[in-house]
Amino acid sequence: MHVVPALWLASNQLTRLSPVDILILALYFALVVFIGFYVKGSTNTSEEFFLAGREMSAWIAGLSFVSANLGSLELMGWAGAAYEYGMLATHWYWIGAIPAMLFLGIVMMPFYYISKTHSVPGYLHLRFGEGARAVSAISFGLMTILMSGVNMFAMAVVMQTVLGWNINFSMWVGAGTVALYVMLGGLRSAIINEVLQFVLIWAGAAMIPLLGLIEAGGWTNLKHNIATNVGNANYTHLWTTLGHFRDNPMGVHWTGIVFGLGFVVSFGYWTTDFLVVQRVLSANNLRAAKMAPVIGAAFKMAVPLIVIVPGLIALGLHNTDGTPVYHLVSDSVAQATGQHSYDQVLPLMLIRYCGPGLLGLGITALVAGFMSGMAGNVSAFSTVWTYDIYGAFLNKKATDSHYVTMGRWSTVIGMLVSIASAYLLEHASGIMDYVQALFSFFIAPLFGTVVLGMLWKRATKAGGFWGLLAGTIASITMFVWVHNAPSALRYVAMSPDAQPMAENLYRALWSWIICVVVTIVVSLLGKQMPDTALAGLVYGVTPIPDDGAKTLWEKPAFWAVVVIVVFFVLNIVFF
Amino acid sequence: MDETQDPKPHPHVNASPVAHQPEPTATGESLSIWFFVGILTLAYGIVLVATGVYEHFGHQPDTVLANLQPTFWWGVFLLLFGLFYTVKFRPGKA
Repeated sequence: MHVVPALWLASNQLTRLSPVDILILALYFALVVFIGFYVKGSTNTSEEFFLAGREMSAWIAGLSFVSANLGSLELMGWAGAAYEYGMLATHWYWIGAIPAMLFLGIVMMPFYYISKTHSVPGYLHLRFGEGARAVSAISFGLMTILMSGVNMFAMAVVMQTVLGWNINFSMWVGAGTVALYVMLGGLRSAIINEVLQFVLIWAGAAMIPLLGLIEAGGWTNLKHNIATNVGNANYTHLWTTLGHFRDNPMGVHWTGIVFGLGFVVSFGYWTTDFLVVQRVLSANNLRAAKMAPVIGAAFKMAVPLIVIVPGLIALGLHNTDGTPVYHLVSDSVAQATGQHSYDQVLPLMLIRYCGPGLLGLGITALVAGFMSGMAGNVSAFSTVWTYDIYGAFLNKKATDSHYVTMGRWSTVIGMLVSIASAYLLEHASGIMDYVQALFSFFIAPLFGTVVLGMLWKRATKAGGFWGLLAGTIASITMFVWVHNAPSALRYVAMSPDAQPMAENLYRALWSWIICVVVTIVVSLLGKQMPDTALAGLVYGVTPIPDDGAKTLWEKPAFWAVVVIVVFFVLNIVFF
Repeated sequence: MDETQDPKPHPHVNASPVAHQPEPTATGESLSIWFFVGILTLAYGIVLVATGVYEHFGHQPDTVLANLQPTFWWGVFLLLFGLFYTVKFRPGKA
């Protein structure tokens, strides 16, 4: 999504806050700073600072898990995508998340949890050795810092556009607050704030779909209005238009959605991105660790109500003469004409329905989302830097308290680097698309490496390293190829009708396949690792301990089945 | 796993004195995460209800469907939600 560029050029602020809105925002800031100081006393060991003492319940770990992915950049971007593409954007919340989250909880979490690893690069070290860990840790550390800067810059630009706030003020207040509470309370502080943010997002955004559906006269009328405004009924279906690339506004095919998004991109992100996995590792026992992603998946299924529905409502609104109320345009057009862009749909709908008080709540939710995004990235960076770069390569024999101190300092330094990258973006906002694309280079091949490492005991250290490296290089090569020669998309996506959205999906699919093939070939050419070296790390040589569930209601697998049934029902209802 | 070959920091597992306490929402201190959720939503509920009452007496905002008084009713919901969590997870409650 491209939230910032269009907003960047908008010259007039959309609204202004009343005193009651400022009071609501101030209450939030006061509470998060208090929480930072409050939990500082219980973050003295590395286990407490980096993994919140592994004492979070399934509900807290689950809400934090889903909240870490519910940043404001995502919310605004996907609400805009719903206006632009209709219900197809829902795939990124349903098939692009639910199966992967359940797979993480039921299949992969036992290995992450019982290996007692502190990070995903840490698991790679245990399974594949130093090489794979180094590739993963350095790329992840770099990306998290840059993404934190992206969040910071995006927040400052949104606040400037919507409220007229000074960019420097927004960046330094936001970054200072996040650095303070993460430095003081580590992951524990970040998790508490993520749970708060989850509640705030719903409290601040829920009125938009409720009032929007009332104004539209219900879901059936909304669908009719959308069909009238856009000239066809394709915008309110999930699957019927995916038979061919040219049949839907996104220019994708169902194979890209199912295999590229639903399998590789989704499984890669939800099962190997340490930013989200770290939240589940904080669970207080194996059953909680398995339940947390299942709980997260249940809440994730509801998120389209506050993200996709507002975009659809804006698409269906019309004046008394039958003309559409909103005519939102792409970033490039918005920059040239000064019109509102797709990504502004959420603030526009907030202003349409929310007066003083509710507006402050909505803005606070957005600010909380941005700050939570920064905190998630910085806390994950701090952990990976301390455990997998500093502790692994620079200073292996320091005391536990030294590593905690390093964690606190790396939080502050990481935030300063983020601020520097945010200023870099300010002067070259076109870089942002590349920064956001960078994550996709590593995630898909990393999933190939991790899943083979967990499920195939024949995978060797050399296989894991070369597979990860080959998949990553292949992904970067395809990106550069398509960027320099857009016509190359027809080869990557295997259709001349493919649109840019399809590129990410098929690039991920190819890079995953290349990673898996290289890993398998190199592994088969090497010597098999003894089972004793794989105990606790690989399926088949690891006795999975009982998670303690005694009744059906306590079994994570039972609730995973419930969630997947609801997932299928929703897909059929909106087919 | 051979810990001697593992250069990562070795944490003090279970070092936290509350690691095995039954309270699933404990933060390691006496205040629960849900208590923070409760007091924040309670405060927002109070602010929104007060704003909604103010709007009811001739200060209706210029927003769509303002006649339904969404600020007041959403404030009531948040107030009740926050009150429930604040009371249920108040400090010192067993």
